[in-house]
Amino acid sequence: MPSDSSPPDRRGLIVLSWVWVGAPLVYGVYQLVQKATQLFTG
Amino acid sequence: MPPAALSVHLSIGQAYAWSVFKPPLESALHLDGTQSALPFQLAIVMLGLSAAFGGTFVERNGPRWAMTVALICFSSGFLISALGAQTQQFWLIVLGYGFVGGIGLGIGYISPVSTLIKWFPDRPGMATGIAIMGFGGGALIASPWSAQMLDSFGTGHSGIALAFLVHGLAYAVFMSLGVFLVRVPRTAKPVADAPSAFEGVQVSARSAVRTPQFWCLWIVLCMNVTAGIGILEKAAPMITDFFADTSTPVSVSAAAGFVALLSAANMAGRIGWSSASDLIGRKNIYRVYLGVGALMYLLIALFGDTAKPLFVLCALVILSFYGGGFATIPAYLKDLFGTYQVGAIHGRLLTAWSTAGVLGPLIVNWIADRQESAGKHGSSLYTLSFSIMIGLLVVGFIANEFVRPVNARHHHVPAPREAADAQRQQPA
Repeated sequence: MPSDSSPPDRRGLIVLSWVWVGAPLVYGVYQLVQKATQLFTG
Repeated sequence: MPPAALSVHLSIGQAYAWSVFKPPLESALHLDGTQSALPFQLAIVMLGLSAAFGGTFVERNGPRWAMTVALICFSSGFLISALGAQTQQFWLIVLGYGFVGGIGLGIGYISPVSTLIKWFPDRPGMATGIAIMGFGGGALIASPWSAQMLDSFGTGHSGIALAFLVHGLAYAVFMSLGVFLVRVPRTAKPVADAPSAFEGVQVSARSAVRTPQFWCLWIVLCMNVTAGIGILEKAAPMITDFFADTSTPVSVSAAAGFVALLSAANMAGRIGWSSASDLIGRKNIYRVYLGVGALMYLLIALFGDTAKPLFVLCALVILSFYGGGFATIPAYLKDLFGTYQVGAIHGRLLTAWSTAGVLGPLIVNWIADRQESAGKHGSSLYTLSFSIMIGLLVVGFIANEFVRPVNARHHHVPAPREAADAQRQQPA
């Protein structure tokens, strides 16, 4: 993010925020894959 | 900024998982299927209306205000519904989830769009694709999560009330990340050599709705969404009917797997096709959505019942175009009308979604019922509705061809103070 002075190190916040939204999404995709395989096995 | 947008869209995308609550509500509150669909239907209507009428407020007050409103409305919708379930007052669930929560859906849906475009002026398709992919992904999370919660709490009215309560609180916490993180870029370009978000043609929302370009895009979106919903809404019975008379009939669990695959294609199309539009252009990508989409429908209508892989592949492509159409439209609007009030213009365009939400299921269900009454069965239940879908996609294709740059008389010339305000935006 642009700033007049040297920008603060936000790497920790960025990682945390991606984990925040990424973890539930991974859970959802995992559940979806389990269900989708039933098309070929069910 | 992308996680902020995702935290909101992944939450409000829960709307697509409403069906999880339907059977427990029907047995606990003695409702029929039509009644239990009411909260969802009202929520979608309110989504379109609040996006259309609230877009200007979102532009004026900024994304943090919008995300806060979305958080409050969406979460309190669940809390009111919890009260309704506990007291067995169904009207409170309709009011809470449908009316109040629906306002949260509409404001939340448009809240990050214009900000994302301003952050990534050189890749607007990818930027909005990420957020709108979240809306598709929201149901993937909510569907199993809500089902597990109902298993744990029970499917009586108290169990449903507790599930609504947990949903309201959990989504409030989850969406607060968006409120906390969202920032509008300052005037400096976030990426070297990237075009500034505030350069080029700028058209106000009020002027935009008076241009033929807006209405051409309205038709494009409406036709594309109608075609997608036509399959999405009836996917499980459709694949079962198509292969009922063949040597490879589709089981109930396989049909559920097909529906899950369609959800994946819908989500992947939102980020994939929308990002591709940054490379090949918005008009060209809609030519693909509408032209190739019509071809896919034609293949299903002609040969769909002869080969399951062909049917599945065509349906997946159509659903990826459905998602792509949603995710690419904000960038298309930005190309035509600039970033000045793109969120408000996007909100008004979402009325096409509400229309398509009625039109698509109506066409497929009504025709299938009529064909069944006429003694038809299998794939022939859908042949006529697929032909209509092809026609609608062709109409959308033609409308896309009429899209031209906006006439200069609609361009917005900002007053000096307004221009300064726009440039200053909202520093952190």
